[in-house]
Amino acid sequence: MRLLWWEFVHHTRVFWRVPVAAFFTVAFPLMFLVLFNLLNGGARIEALGGLAFAQFFTPAIAVFSIVTACYTNLVITTSMDREDGILKRVLGTPLPPAAHLGGRVLAASGIGLSSVAVMLVVGVLAFDVRVLWGRLATAALVLVIGAACWSALALAVAGLTSNGQAAPAIANATILPLAFISGVFFPVESGPEWLAVLAGVFPLRPFVAAFSEQWNPLVEAGFPLAELATLIAWGGLGALVAIRRFTWEPSTKIRS
Amino acid sequence: MGVIEVADLRKSYDGVVAVAGIDLSVEAGEVFALLGPNGAGKTTTVEILEGYRRPDSGVVRVLGADPRRAPATWRDRIGIVLQQSGIEKELTVREAITRLARVYSRPADVAATIDRVGLTEKADARIKTLSGGQRRRVDMAAAIIGRPELIFLDEPTTGFDPAARREAWRLVAELAADGATVILTTHYLDEAHQLADRVAVIAGGRIVAEGDPSTLGGREQRLARIRFRTPRVSLPPDLRKLVSIELNGWTEMIDEAAVSTLHALTGWALEHDVALDGLEVIRPSLEDVYLELAGETP
Repeated sequence: MRLLWWEFVHHTRVFWRVPVAAFFTVAFPLMFLVLFNLLNGGARIEALGGLAFAQFFTPAIAVFSIVTACYTNLVITTSMDREDGILKRVLGTPLPPAAHLGGRVLAASGIGLSSVAVMLVVGVLAFDVRVLWGRLATAALVLVIGAACWSALALAVAGLTSNGQAAPAIANATILPLAFISGVFFPVESGPEWLAVLAGVFPLRPFVAAFSEQWNPLVEAGFPLAELATLIAWGGLGALVAIRRFTWEPSTKIRS
Repeated sequence: MGVIEVADLRKSYDGVVAVAGIDLSVEAGEVFALLGPNGAGKTTTVEILEGYRRPDSGVVRVLGADPRRAPATWRDRIGIVLQQSGIEKELTVREAITRLARVYSRPADVAATIDRVGLTEKADARIKTLSGGQRRRVDMAAAIIGRPELIFLDEPTTGFDPAARREAWRLVAELAADGATVILTTHYLDEAHQLADRVAVIAGGRIVAEGDPSTLGGREQRLARIRFRTPRVSLPPDLRKLVSIELNGWTEMIDEAAVSTLHALTGWALEHDVALDGLEVIRPSLEDVYLELAGETP
């Protein structure tokens, strides 16, 4: 437990020391939040029954920063660290492998959750986003389950990615198309129904929907059981693949 | 029973044999060097001992345990320098070593360890700003922070300048004096000579020679060649018989006692006013020594 804490501190520190990672994970979604809200200031979304744009977009892009931290960032840093022999080095010490990976996941989750908090605060202060206080606990639960699910998927993908150089491309190629059909940038309700159904099969749409619902005053508050079940199923699948396929050594083994 | 006991160790990668039947026995407190060219099987052997690789066959016992099944308490007793550093370059030296100190049950003092590898002035510098030799010293500090009984050093001084190399040698000697067992791989003959109590020369996945490093050094001396432009005056008979090759206007001599031969040769040249153009003494390349040793395989 003590080691898990120190690994969390370690990975959080390393994260903030790499400006590029910090930029893409934290500053990029924040930039989207500000720009889109400025460009669409005052607009209402008809497909969502006249919901204010900021009230739709702020939670959607905020929750997406959990994905950039726990998925995109975790796939890339874990694969690259494996390529650099960092995982192998750790395996040669008494540090339990679970504490090392747990530290990575907790650090990514911490970064993602802080990023969500910052974006929501900016949304409330600058773009008149309304907080539905009664639904905040459910919203927080969705975030925690989402962080766990995306982290598990990240470790699975890192396990399937044998080449560290390819990791950024693989992470982005798997998540960006999903982001466009899952209601992060545009409401799915404005597109064809089959696309929304398709998006619902993957974990991003249920995650965004479950969270956004907690911020939409025009719909009844309900517990997003189906969405969370989908997320947990994907997370479980990710964990299974990660356990079976995760490797600690660089793909290009030095054999001499 | 020794710290390391290996019997008939074998390992292939996709049908390519890396280790072809190695026996080793290392006693506590010994500094043991595996010397060999690239691709000889040094790293594969050491990584099996460290628990990273599973051998195809053979018996491996390190600190009394099978490295593949050894628990964390076993890793608490060993220190490793891998060929690839594996330490986050964004951290400062102190941060990296402090983090590793936390995972060992009885770590050494962080500041003292950093001082021991000569990085006190760089303790708060990011590792990425350090030179290659300095980074390798961070790896050394990381390997010894847990006060290991057994230390693996896989080519620890590759990329070092001569001063840094001597510094690293001093450190290894110090660790050995403290009673640690050290397993070292290197392709530098002088490094093995300098550090090791015992050397095994490894080539093609086999140990081709093993023993006291000074005897290997002797072989190196013995092989020295003397080379010069063939003079117009013919050599006296006692020197003549040492000539090994005469080709394209060059004469080459090989002798076990290069110094006295050189003395006789230059003495003769002065006496007869012969200019020995292009005179040089060629020490054998490591490959020459390996080849000679490999040729002596029983």
